Amino acid sequence: MTTRGKRAAETLYDKPLSSKGKLEVNLSTYAFLFSEIVQYSHGRVTSLSQLHEKLSDLGKHAGFRMIDVLCLREKTPKRETRLVNHLLYIQKTLWKTLFYKEADRLEQATASESTFYLFEDDPVVNRFISVPKDQSSLNCAAFVAGIIEGFLNGTQFVSYSQHQLQITYWSFP
Amino acid sequence: MSRQGRPQDTRKVSGELFSLTYGALVAQLVRDYEKDEEVNQQLDKMGYNIGVRLIEDFFARSQQGRCHDFAQAADVLTKVGFKMFLGVVPTVANWSAKGDEFSLILDQNPLVDFVELPETHQGLLYSNIICGVIRGALEMVQLEVKVWFVQDQLRGSDSTEIRVKFLKKLEDAVPAGED
Repeated sequence: MTTRGKRAAETLYDKPLSSKGKLEVNLSTYAFLFSEIVQYSHGRVTSLSQLHEKLSDLGKHAGFRMIDVLCLREKTPKRETRLVNHLLYIQKTLWKTLFYKEADRLEQATASESTFYLFEDDPVVNRFISVPKDQSSLNCAAFVAGIIEGFLNGTQFVSYSQHQLQITYWSFP
Repeated sequence: MSRQGRPQDTRKVSGELFSLTYGALVAQLVRDYEKDEEVNQQLDKMGYNIGVRLIEDFFARSQQGRCHDFAQAADVLTKVGFKMFLGVVPTVANWSAKGDEFSLILDQNPLVDFVELPETHQGLLYSNIICGVIRGALEMVQLEVKVWFVQDQLRGSDSTEIRVKFLKKLEDAVPAGED
């Protein structure tokens, strides 16, 4: 009983960062979990765009929490203030931490200076998802888009206008 | 389903991505349901759905034969199953006198990285999905079991302990009209 009182004063932030990013799980474990998430979300929405939104919200939750983890691991933490550099950071470091590879390409749109496209040819989340023909615009990589959005929001890169922060996700079968 | 899976496809994903995805799911469930008890049930149900499919993946990768008794099943569950899917091996302990109940003690739980339970949700069994997975997987091999949490590190205990109790052996039912 006495140790319980002592433990109640300790919070998660007092303990050292438990994982050093070395713990890995099987791809199929993750695929099973993600498919349950998609099924659960699918059962609670009435349209495809709502499903994308739900997946994106879950992604934001995850992406936001990656900020602290990555900052703590940087040897010389430097905060990016320019959008391009920040997006490059996402493409390289964030992707590498989460997916063990860098995102394939980062391009700026010719039409507008503040629109960027981040390409990912084989998103891990879509690997075991098969899309029925009548819902061909379903893309569960909305979750990954949510991760990026959460990360950007948390690092104060939300602009005053919604249109300037545009998340586009692509995947190739 | 028609595509042939490579038997040794050992591609891994980051444990952090896994924990954060699971955390996002639990947070969403807590927002959707009012009571912790309902969230626990939903997690168990989702775990069950995962478990019934996970068992096939398990057999595809491990070529494990039939277990002769419950003790062997417990052994395979921890040393092969948990190791394959979560990368951790829990200890089997606290066998009951009749040999139909045992505990799994988890030292390390990849689901609970970065997680702390708030005061308002002390009744939440955060890793309850694991109980559902065990129940679903064992049901597909004709073992009906009851799985529940005894202790949880997130709720202040020293270790995480899951108890598995054997209820009965399921017989494959022959469809009516066939012999």
